[in-house]
Amino acid sequence: MTPTRKRRLVMVTALVAGVGLATTLALRAFQENMLYFYSPTEFVELGVPEERTIRVGGLVADGSVRRMPGSMTIEFQVTDHAYAVPVSYTGVLPDLFREGQGVVARGRISDNGVFVAENLMAKHDENYMPPEVAQALHAGKMRAIERAQQGFPNEPEGNSGTTVADDSAAADGSAARGY
Amino acid sequence: MWLWFHKLGSPPYFYRTAGRLIPWFAIPAVLLLVAGTVGGLAIAPSDYEQGDGFRIIYVHVPSAYLAMFGYVAMAIAAAIGLIWRMKLAFAFAAACAPIGAAFTFLCLATGSLWGKPMWGVWWDWDGRMTSMLVLLFLYLGVIALRGAFDDAAKGDRAAALLAIVGVVNIPIIKFSVDWWNTLHQPATISKLSAPSMTMDMLGWLLIMIVGYMLFFAAVVTLRLRGEVLLRERGARWIRGLDSRA
Repeated sequence: MTPTRKRRLVMVTALVAGVGLATTLALRAFQENMLYFYSPTEFVELGVPEERTIRVGGLVADGSVRRMPGSMTIEFQVTDHAYAVPVSYTGVLPDLFREGQGVVARGRISDNGVFVAENLMAKHDENYMPPEVAQALHAGKMRAIERAQQGFPNEPEGNSGTTVADDSAAADGSAARGY
Repeated sequence: MWLWFHKLGSPPYFYRTAGRLIPWFAIPAVLLLVAGTVGGLAIAPSDYEQGDGFRIIYVHVPSAYLAMFGYVAMAIAAAIGLIWRMKLAFAFAAACAPIGAAFTFLCLATGSLWGKPMWGVWWDWDGRMTSMLVLLFLYLGVIALRGAFDDAAKGDRAAALLAIVGVVNIPIIKFSVDWWNTLHQPATISKLSAPSMTMDMLGWLLIMIVGYMLFFAAVVTLRLRGEVLLRERGARWIRGLDSRA
């Protein structure tokens, strides 16, 4: 390799390394400001700006969905199994919305502590399978839970300590992942 | 090996070889794309959660993959061009850019169509979507920057620098779903554990991805021949082609 080419090779490598390092540092520095949504834990522990539109994401808590009669308003809790945030939303629900499903709500906190969503999005997980497979996995999980309750704890249960992003796959998803 | 490499770098030799290669890419590409489309849309089972709506994955995922693959290929060619001043490498980078931009656009468009019924929105500014949009702008920037110079050689070098700098966005796209809270779900196929997809769905997707790769190879070779003709215009071997035709 000629000296000129070697010099150019070093310069290109240095350019990639420099830009990579700068980007890494910038992304790390802005980590908190680049939050796409607050998990309920972050929502409660970090405290949220009251005058700003933010997003809250987590799972729709089981048994928490209440529909207001005569309106399109719905109230439910968004949970990450550590904390829960009460959310109220008026409008058309996404098809995948149901209890146990991951959701992201965009809106702002009201005076009485309820998060009023202008916009509600449903998350889905990265698992794809035919309905029969999902049913079989679900049935298998139910049997495992039964066995565990009868005193044969031979299969690990639950998925505590994971992040919200991972948790969004809970319910059906966790069965699919073979927890 | 080196002799072959140098021969390939010679425009007339490359032009002839590439012309012979195109059918070897194009015919399997068409066969695989037809098979993958029929398999993905008609034969694969519907999803337990998303029903038939998930089938857009058979266009969305290969497009996303090729968008990123095309960018890396373009940046590597750009680096080779900058370091060794190899004309064919610059021509390859120039040929890649519009194809990669088209795949990026296809990925964003199909993602948007998929997002509306499943998530409830056409678009939202999460890490994955935003970084993919940045990729589209990088492609367009590379194309525009090359075109902005009257001197083609200067345009090639400037565009190559931008292409190389933009590579930093590729790991951001890939890991955005792991680093940040996103609306987009994490990876299904490209992860260390087994893919989160049953084989009767995944098989057709892999066929589609290979089909897209071959399609990319065919189109990039076709465009590269055009680039070579354009860049070598006036050379004696091209006039030779003309008289034979």
